[in-house]
Amino acid sequence: MATTPETDAPAHRLSRLYLRRFLRNRLAVTGVALLVLLVLFSVCGGLLTPYTYADTDFTALTRPPDATHWFGTNQGGNDVYASAVHGLRRSLVIAVSVSALTVVVAAVIGTGAAYLGGRIERMTLAVLHFLLVVPSFLILALVSHRLAGDWRVLIVVLTVFGWMSTARVIWSVSTSLRERDYVRAAEFMGVSAPRIVRRHLIPNLGSLLIVHLTLGVVATVLSETALSFLGFGVQTPDVSLGTMLADGAGTVTSAPWLFAFPAGLVVLLTVSMTLIGDGLRDALDPTSVTGAAGGRR
Amino acid sequence: MTRTTTLPHPAPRPAATTPVLSVRDLRISFPSEAGTVEAVRGVSFDLLPGRTLGIVGESGSGKSATAMGVMGLLPPTADVTGQVLLNGRDLVGLDDKALSAVRGADLGMIFQDPLSALTPIFSVGRQLSDALRVHQSLTKRAAWDRAVELLDLVGIPDPRGRARAFPHEFSGGMRQRVVIALAIANRPSVLIADEPTTALDVTVQAQILDVLRVARRETGAALVLITHDLGVVAGHADDIAVMYAGRTVERAGVAELFDRPVMPYTAGLLAAVPTVDGGERRPLVPIGGEPPALVDPPPGCAFADRCRVAADACRTTDPALRDIPGHGQAACLRAGEIADGTLDPAGPAPDGTPGPVTGPAAPGEVVLRVEDLVKTFPVTRGGVLKRRVGTVHAVNGVSFELRAGETLGLVGESGSGKTTTLLEILRLKRPEGGRIEIAGTEVAGAGAEVQKLRREVQIVLQDPLGALDPRLPVHHLLAEPLQAVGADRAAVRARVPELLRLVGLDPAVSDRFPAALSGGQRQRVGIARALATEPKLLVLDEPLSALDVSVQAGVINLLARLRRELSLATLVVAHDLGVVRHLADRVAVMYLGQLVETGPTEALFADPRHPYTRALLSAVPVPDPVRERARERLVLAGEQPGATRPPEGCVFVDRCPLYRHAGAELRRRCRTERPAPTAVDGAPGHRHACHAA
Repeated sequence: MATTPETDAPAHRLSRLYLRRFLRNRLAVTGVALLVLLVLFSVCGGLLTPYTYADTDFTALTRPPDATHWFGTNQGGNDVYASAVHGLRRSLVIAVSVSALTVVVAAVIGTGAAYLGGRIERMTLAVLHFLLVVPSFLILALVSHRLAGDWRVLIVVLTVFGWMSTARVIWSVSTSLRERDYVRAAEFMGVSAPRIVRRHLIPNLGSLLIVHLTLGVVATVLSETALSFLGFGVQTPDVSLGTMLADGAGTVTSAPWLFAFPAGLVVLLTVSMTLIGDGLRDALDPTSVTGAAGGRR
Repeated sequence: MTRTTTLPHPAPRPAATTPVLSVRDLRISFPSEAGTVEAVRGVSFDLLPGRTLGIVGESGSGKSATAMGVMGLLPPTADVTGQVLLNGRDLVGLDDKALSAVRGADLGMIFQDPLSALTPIFSVGRQLSDALRVHQSLTKRAAWDRAVELLDLVGIPDPRGRARAFPHEFSGGMRQRVVIALAIANRPSVLIADEPTTALDVTVQAQILDVLRVARRETGAALVLITHDLGVVAGHADDIAVMYAGRTVERAGVAELFDRPVMPYTAGLLAAVPTVDGGERRPLVPIGGEPPALVDPPPGCAFADRCRVAADACRTTDPALRDIPGHGQAACLRAGEIADGTLDPAGPAPDGTPGPVTGPAAPGEVVLRVEDLVKTFPVTRGGVLKRRVGTVHAVNGVSFELRAGETLGLVGESGSGKTTTLLEILRLKRPEGGRIEIAGTEVAGAGAEVQKLRREVQIVLQDPLGALDPRLPVHHLLAEPLQAVGADRAAVRARVPELLRLVGLDPAVSDRFPAALSGGQRQRVGIARALATEPKLLVLDEPLSALDVSVQAGVINLLARLRRELSLATLVVAHDLGVVRHLADRVAVMYLGQLVETGPTEALFADPRHPYTRALLSAVPVPDPVRERARERLVLAGEQPGATRPPEGCVFVDRCPLYRHAGAELRRRCRTERPAPTAVDGAPGHRHACHAA
């Protein structure tokens, strides 16, 4: 039995191990790079143009892309490039934070209810099922309209009415996880309930959470778009990718640049989130081939 | 009814007849993520009419794939080549329709799990008569009558009435009888039984093996008996083929194979299997290492890496199965030397030969005391408004003591309450009835006390893969119990390599995930985790039943060493009596929630007093054809009933062979008086609870 030299000490921090496995996945790194570019674009893109999203250029209405207006202009003379930069930032912040908040809330409530069981579980499920049957989109529209389209309120409202179906799925998967031998073993070792939830339930839901997180980003962009389209979401003069898509949808054939640029950004955002999601899932899943390839010593 | 029977001796090899089933160079491979898995790599055998061929091997040896290949039941992704000749007709490559005409008619099948082999929505009589009418032209009435006859043949009581019952209304053993009836319905010429008794309790296994023998005699069919249990083939097969890594490595008559195995793997397997009979307990000799992966099998002999007598040539040439003079066939380059006695397949004695398996228990302090433990479960009916309609007396007045450095084996069949007893101890809450005392502290359920007691009691669960969180590497798995009792990071970092060395693992495995470990390594990690907090009491729930025989022996020896070195008190729950015999100093036998007999292992195995213990020991097949076929076997009728309404008197009374021959006065006592534990004269510590013994 060889003793291991200190230099060959195993990764004692789980996070470092997961990072190593994540970085090994080329597509996932591409996804991160893409997301970083998108974030950089939304933050610094405005520095490259003299226009802002609110400026109107009455000399150039509905112009195709050229040297001054890189992405063209819309019917009101707004620069599409500047609008896209701003809209992407707005949508990124809303979509990523709503999606992350939703998954966190759903995971805590779903796993907590499943693990604690008994009366807490029954009451949580009752509330959850009640919220599920309430026509949330209508309430959402009313509440956000009342609060005059503040995007921060939008985040809260979208989260409050969006966590239930995810939580329901997480709850049902957790009920089977809590019967697993390793959860029982942890109980017998005297591990506390919050720690069992954090250590054994949530990581084992990893791929499920990540799928919901990435899909959530896409879904939030869409529901924000829908709300904005109906006039309840982000309000003019503020711009999001959703409002831009809504504006551009009517003129896809006559002025395709109005639709194509925001749509392209949504596609890039979705692709990057999916790649990151796949990479995270493989990194967290010890049985996955991609993550483990070459990782065994 | 209880019968005392002996098994017939192996049938003499008949004069040259044509085989009913010939398998020629069968190769089966499956595509997988990692590459092509070569599950079966050139298996050939001939099966003569009326004979039984036992195919033995460990998990992954290709024995079940061979059976599935013969029956044409492999998934469509499998690649099958070679020939399977049933009465001269090749089955490989036949389409499903043609195969269906053969299966169930000429080829009967018996599977491991009798519940999934029967359709839940039809009565067993309907299923049997359907099976008959598919292959024969019979009227409904005639088919039903024949179905009732078949049920009678396989020993179902009241066959006419039970034919109308549905599969879920039968117990496991009775279901397997029905499956056998289905298999022989059309008088097949070949029966294939794939682990037919693995899912059953040992007393039921003995019954089913008898039924199988009757079925074979009635139909004159040849039988392929596939099992991992060497005891089962020793008693029931005429010829044996040993499989390893997808190939037949040895093939011989049952007497020769057990008497003098010539393939080192067979020899190793026989040395590693724990037995219940025979004089002194011998230390088990594990086969080191693990079977090779079949994705890219090694170029030489697949067993070379684990073989103690491997020569250089073994690693480069893959030996073919060849005749060994006077000893069947073996696929080993050195088989000739082994057969003529010039080479010992066990090789030179390994250094550090394991010492005595169990020493006399050092008189340590009492670590666990259980007194009159009671646990009941309500039986409820109804969905919304649950009504309590009965009570299951899972544990009913169990008492025992366990001292430091001592191992107590708790044995019994499924439903006897052994696992419930163990969970009650681990719960660390005040029991429903009786007392539990751990390390001198009575378990009462106060918060701070429970935390203190957690350190002292740890568990090793049955399935090592299930018990280890697949998302945590070994280091974190071992750190968990330490963190739960408040150890800091430095302490954890120091303790983990120490624990791994303690259980005989390389500390370098600490950043691997459980999926990257082998079965034996996983169970060692499970044991290391249980030892992390230096407990006084270690509880093992079926610690070996998920492991193969060749790996089991290593873990048994490890547990014996740990107990000696750490003077641990260990409580082992197991259904495998051979394993218990090798692990435990004392044994407690449970039946329907009660202890029927307790005693020192040697005394109890040599001289069992309670009729249940006797039947239990007698039902375990012995992996030695000579002794297995010569001994008197006590085959117990029926199965352990549910514990909803245990008998008022002795719990065993309904199955008891002594009760049947008892006089009226004794019968009355057995019926009405619960027997108290009685000491056996001249055997300190040996007690039984029986009026008649």
